[in-house]
Amino acid sequence: MDTGDTAWVLASAALVLLMTPGLALFYGGMVRAKSVLNMMMMSFGALALISVLWVLYGYSMAFGDDVGGGLLGDPFEFFGLKGLMGTEGIDNGFAATSLVFTIPSMAFVAFQAVFAIITVALISGAIADRARFGPWMVFSGVWATVVYFPVAHWVFAFDGAESETGGWIANNLLAVDFAGGTAVHINAGAAGLALALVLGKRRGFGRDPMRPHNLTLVMLGAGLLWFGWFGFNAGSALSANGQAAEVFVTTMVATGAAALGWLLTEKIRDGHATSLGAASGVVAGLVAITPSCSAVTPVGAIVVGAVAGVVCALAVGLKYKLGYDDSLDVVGVHLVGGLWGTLSVGLLASASATAGVEGLFYGGGLGQLGKQAVGALAVLAYSFVLTYVIGLVIQKTMGFRISEEDEVAGIDSVVHAETAYDFASLGGSGGATLVGQAHAEARNTEGATRA
Amino acid sequence: MKLVTAIVKPFKLDDVKNALELIGIAGLTVSEVQGFGRQRGHTEVYRGAEYQVDFVPKVRIEVVVSELDAARVVDAVVESASTGQIGDGKVWVTTIDEIVRVRTGERGADAL
Repeated sequence: MDTGDTAWVLASAALVLLMTPGLALFYGGMVRAKSVLNMMMMSFGALALISVLWVLYGYSMAFGDDVGGGLLGDPFEFFGLKGLMGTEGIDNGFAATSLVFTIPSMAFVAFQAVFAIITVALISGAIADRARFGPWMVFSGVWATVVYFPVAHWVFAFDGAESETGGWIANNLLAVDFAGGTAVHINAGAAGLALALVLGKRRGFGRDPMRPHNLTLVMLGAGLLWFGWFGFNAGSALSANGQAAEVFVTTMVATGAAALGWLLTEKIRDGHATSLGAASGVVAGLVAITPSCSAVTPVGAIVVGAVAGVVCALAVGLKYKLGYDDSLDVVGVHLVGGLWGTLSVGLLASASATAGVEGLFYGGGLGQLGKQAVGALAVLAYSFVLTYVIGLVIQKTMGFRISEEDEVAGIDSVVHAETAYDFASLGGSGGATLVGQAHAEARNTEGATRA
Repeated sequence: MKLVTAIVKPFKLDDVKNALELIGIAGLTVSEVQGFGRQRGHTEVYRGAEYQVDFVPKVRIEVVVSELDAARVVDAVVESASTGQIGDGKVWVTTIDEIVRVRTGERGADAL
């Protein structure tokens, strides 16, 4: 066990966890004021639920011994994380007995848990303003179980890391996906598209203005995502070493280039460089460099990022042309950005980077590009089909969508019995009166403040 | 007594207030409002989706003055709020029947 590696991975796990609240801000600022709480609650709901499922059986499904074909880990091998606890005692510095490479298995459990959480949370951007919270939670649990945990096994479970045998993309196909361009972004993007199709368009989509209600939240969220993403990518080295440092730099520079690419596209097309464009460009760049961060040089990363910024800025307009209401552009940013990033390995990978593969433009031929495409399309198709089925079943049984009347009134007050902002401009209570409290003995309105 | 109501560009509020203070106006009321006139609205673009925003933010200033002062107030507002550009706003004068100072109960000119 290496203490430096362990410290870096544990810190990275905390960084990645912060990305989900960051995503809640990023998404929350983009919706209208009447649905910001629901938007953020979908992220926090994923945080709560997936962390529990991960410990119970998710980790085992992803990183247990392969049950066949590289498709799924044994759900019972590490059920409840059994067998992963244990140290060599105080005299040996509590060195872990169960290791993944040089770090304790438990550190890897923590690091991979936050990946599962944010992947689920990412999907919520496609169904803003209109999904009931209970069915969303059911969807989250089922989707993580049926889609994410297996796909994480395909992509992240290397033979011999936690278990003897791992997933097919990592070990058989040998596509490079360093931190989850396929497992996280293509996966969430394809799921977002399927769910947006199942739930249908928001009332007034393409006709009524649906302006972001708070772009400062969006900017703060994008900043937190960028910050946390260093844990996501550089932490995926699972070691505090030169690879982590190189990945850190490619992550940084690709993101900057993508923001520039998005802003330039806007300036040329619309006449203005917008703050939403800057925030979106940042995320598009981060998405694209996620699979390729270990495979490209820093200059290659600039190309990966710049192309992502331009392509994603153009792709977000597709929903109006094709008529699907991917409300916050999970498809345009995560699916398109994830596809580009994953394929970019096949084009721009340099043997001088730590992944050690060569892309088409570096004399590597079409071989790696083909592997990247197979990995990307497999995850895309699997995620889209299963998500569509899960969403449809929930829609037909529980009802996924809120009523039109509630949608107009605002999902926050109807579903959560809260409003995000107290806009009372008059002194006092703004017309609200306390009529009850959680504790029965205090259920006495005498003490309530009245306007 | 007259109520002078002015709709002006928000950035002209300080100039108008200073001009009214200079001619001895004892009080005024300001509110943020929005609407449209010949200036119409403006467009905003979010991720390439263009929105026409019909209402433009303006400031409404209300001053109650004696009949004699009304014309001077109107002139002061027009002079101080003008930029010569479209969207400078409007000023109008209405007659009011009664005014009462809440604290003392004074009425009419004494309440100004």
